[in-house]
Amino acid sequence: MRLLRFGPALPQTPALTLGDGFIILGIATFLYLGARLAFHAPAVVHGPEISLSLLALPWYALLSVGRMAAAYFLSLLFSLAYGYAAARNRSARTVLMPLLDVLQSVPILSFLPVVLLGLAAILPQSFAAELAAIVLIFTSQAWNMTFSFYQSMTTIPLELREAAAIFRLDPWARFKTLELPFGAIGLLWNSMMSWSGGWFFLMAAEIFHVGSRDFRLPGLGSYLQAAANAGDLHAVLAGLTALVIVIVTLDQFVWRPLTRWTDKFKVEMLEAEQSPHSWFADLLSRAWLIDQVGRKVWNPFSEWADGKLRRPLSGYISPPEIITAEKKYSWLLIGIGFALAAVAFYGAYRAAELLIGLPATQWAQLGVGLFATFVRVAVSLLIALLWTVPLGVAIGTNRRLANVLQPVVQVIAAIPATALFPILLLALLNIPGGLNIAAVALMLMGTQWYLLFNVIAGASAIPQDLLLTTDLLQLSRIDRWRTLILPALFPYIVTGAITASGGAWNASVIAEQVEFGGQTRTTTGIGAVIAKATGAGNFSLLLGGTLALVLAVVLVNRLFWQRLYRVAEERYRLE
Amino acid sequence: MATTSMNNDVLLELQNVVKSYGVGAKQFVAVEDINLKLKPGEFTCLLGPSGCGKSTLLRIITGLNQATSGTVLYRGQPIKGVNPHATIVFQTFALYPWLTVEDNVEVALKARGVKPAVRRERALKLIDTVGLDGFESAYPRELSGGMRQKVGFARAMAVEPELLCLDEPFSALDVLSAEALRGELMELWQSKAIPTKAILMVTHNIEEAVMMADRIIVMSKDPGHIVTELNVTLRHPRHRKDTAFQAEVDKVYAAVAGKKLQTIEGERQKKLPQARLNALAGLLEKLANDSGQADLQGLSTELILELDDLLPLVEAGELLGFVVLENGTLVLKPLGQTYAEASILARKELLAGRVLRLPLISWIYDTLQRDDNHRTAWSYFLDELRGDFGDLAEAQLDIAINWARHAELFAYDDDAGELYLEE
Repeated sequence: MRLLRFGPALPQTPALTLGDGFIILGIATFLYLGARLAFHAPAVVHGPEISLSLLALPWYALLSVGRMAAAYFLSLLFSLAYGYAAARNRSARTVLMPLLDVLQSVPILSFLPVVLLGLAAILPQSFAAELAAIVLIFTSQAWNMTFSFYQSMTTIPLELREAAAIFRLDPWARFKTLELPFGAIGLLWNSMMSWSGGWFFLMAAEIFHVGSRDFRLPGLGSYLQAAANAGDLHAVLAGLTALVIVIVTLDQFVWRPLTRWTDKFKVEMLEAEQSPHSWFADLLSRAWLIDQVGRKVWNPFSEWADGKLRRPLSGYISPPEIITAEKKYSWLLIGIGFALAAVAFYGAYRAAELLIGLPATQWAQLGVGLFATFVRVAVSLLIALLWTVPLGVAIGTNRRLANVLQPVVQVIAAIPATALFPILLLALLNIPGGLNIAAVALMLMGTQWYLLFNVIAGASAIPQDLLLTTDLLQLSRIDRWRTLILPALFPYIVTGAITASGGAWNASVIAEQVEFGGQTRTTTGIGAVIAKATGAGNFSLLLGGTLALVLAVVLVNRLFWQRLYRVAEERYRLE
Repeated sequence: MATTSMNNDVLLELQNVVKSYGVGAKQFVAVEDINLKLKPGEFTCLLGPSGCGKSTLLRIITGLNQATSGTVLYRGQPIKGVNPHATIVFQTFALYPWLTVEDNVEVALKARGVKPAVRRERALKLIDTVGLDGFESAYPRELSGGMRQKVGFARAMAVEPELLCLDEPFSALDVLSAEALRGELMELWQSKAIPTKAILMVTHNIEEAVMMADRIIVMSKDPGHIVTELNVTLRHPRHRKDTAFQAEVDKVYAAVAGKKLQTIEGERQKKLPQARLNALAGLLEKLANDSGQADLQGLSTELILELDDLLPLVEAGELLGFVVLENGTLVLKPLGQTYAEASILARKELLAGRVLRLPLISWIYDTLQRDDNHRTAWSYFLDELRGDFGDLAEAQLDIAINWARHAELFAYDDDAGELYLEE
């Protein structure tokens, strides 16, 4: 399997810009509206009955996959539309790209309580929970796919675009012939990332339960939770097995064939020594039925669709985008911008009003909570670093070890940490400080894989001759690590850590207060503050907590990670 | 607007075309004051070094790029958007890697609404014409460079353009494939097997231009402009070894070099040529071994250097007073002779004296001398030079540092981001 650098691609923007300020105001407005609606949320929400019967499992699995699929298709449509607009329209780009940048780094899970409560106030309960889950998964999946498609769109070689123009491809033909194929590989890789990340959020959404408000959804996540809750180890095992089967099946029947298929969209003109292979894709490509459908149905259909969408031949074909230094703003956009800014300011003003009512003790709670969660995030990152770096280097520099361990690691990594969380609780809750340990463990499980995969990628990217040179120089183990391995890994570690820390902050929302065995357990942290506020219906505290978490993560990202990333890019790139 | 040419003998006409990018101090003029006509039946070459705007001009002619000012007329009508009567064969082929050979050729036909059966037939015929019979269902990555470019030609000819534009179509190919493909194109063109009315080819290869063109338009840079036009009246097929062919090549060489190599020491604004001094040392040694002189064309072949790479070296040699160019022949001056024969240490001293006469380098040197620590931030120089050179400032500073380093005058400290005097 090919390795790539996981995690967000960071644009080279200054630390904090005016645009970011507006976007944060926008988020505040959004949260305020949610909290506003939440005032009317029902005080008691009854969750579904979760059956632990084995017969219920396939149905639950189907429900979970259905939610994922719905969110994924939303994300795909969104990415194509958003990425296209941002790439083709300069004015749109100036607004859309910074927005995407912030949205990428916001801890999505923190929106869950606000969105859930808000939707529950206006929609039937089960529908609200379904919608909230899909929205949540969507927000976790869309950004990197969008970013990938945008990047593909903007990196299409000029001559390919010129060829499209000179041969008079209209926008639809150009999209179909050039833009979508060019973006396909990136889009697919990011889809796989998004999909596996989505499980984390799906499981979190399926087991969300605070106080008297039970927002659980029937699915694999709630099955596992119910099983752990009941201490039914057989059911836990069955649930986990079902989850692994679902993940492996999707991999074999969807992602691998797609990877095989998109291989033809690579732009390199060299025959690859090793193309991705998939037995299922091979099977399909030999199938008579598929061939016939392609010939008799698909080709005429696409010909017909192209004809419908084609522009008249005499039509004006615009030159491929000319890159100019000047920016053009249309009045319409300026108008929309001002309107949005006005709404954002108004919303932020109302949000501030709500926040001013918050007593000092609760502000103190927020501060203490943030700090406690910060410490947990730092500890989990540190632990992750301590074990992933040595193992990752071992795997990355030793092909034989890689062949053995890589598939194992990939399967383990595919299991969403949130699915294991109830089981962790079952094991840990009864020891002193158990929830604290479980919270750190959840953060660790959710994030260590990003680091591991990045370290493996980094280690395997160290040129062989540099490794040999250190052997020749007979450097001691310490010197070898100090002069070669750590500097070479640094950019990869930073990339992995950025994603990992984002994930860890997310985990705090569900990890710091849990309903287990019919009772509520709490530890100190911002996630606990948010959960408590959600349960108690303290909407100003909920708003304050969520905003504080968002702000903290965005600031840590901008002021710490991005700078580190830039240092890594400039100083330690092996090129 | 200038007088519109109603003359149907003119396929395409450019009137006072200017293309510039950016505004104000950052403005960069790509081509300036271009007037040119293409007539039916004519094979025209745009010849010039890289950066002379010849590709830009090709894109303006095809409508892929818009002129900042001036008029582009096709059959007397100003063109709007992409010119529907022109196609391009691209330097890097610009084939869609995910489409088969046949699909690549069909793309252009499909966009024009040609029905599937018809376009398939036409594509197969053209694939046959360019000699790719049997490769219809291959993907471009399975083909050699020469075969890919054949697909490029087939695709361009599929839409039966009146004006076929070639953007250095042979420069990415190996020598043999390029030669073969040139021959095949000339055969198609001269036997009128294709309905193309005129061909416009961009190239920096002088022999190629003389080989194929009826008319060569010589361009030069800073900013891009037309230097002169030469008619090539040699009969086809042309042979490289013919005396008449060689004479023609020499004539074009003189036209290209003559305009490019006028250098005088001037103000700080005077650009340094993009030449590395170790390469110059190599050139001088070569000249010293070759009895002190050599003609440019021979050097270019012998050193396997493109003209684009050789000319900056020559320019640098002239600037430093090591060589002089006389009618296409490069002559080593006594100073250059001394340099070529000197020891490494002596070379440094000699070079230091020469390099310090260049205003840009002496300005940096003086600035560093005035500093107490003999150190100044790299960015300071860059900012100052931006005023003189705009976007080229960084490249100029790089060259200045490279030269000064060879002369051990000053150097660049990467960690501190500073320039410092060598003690």
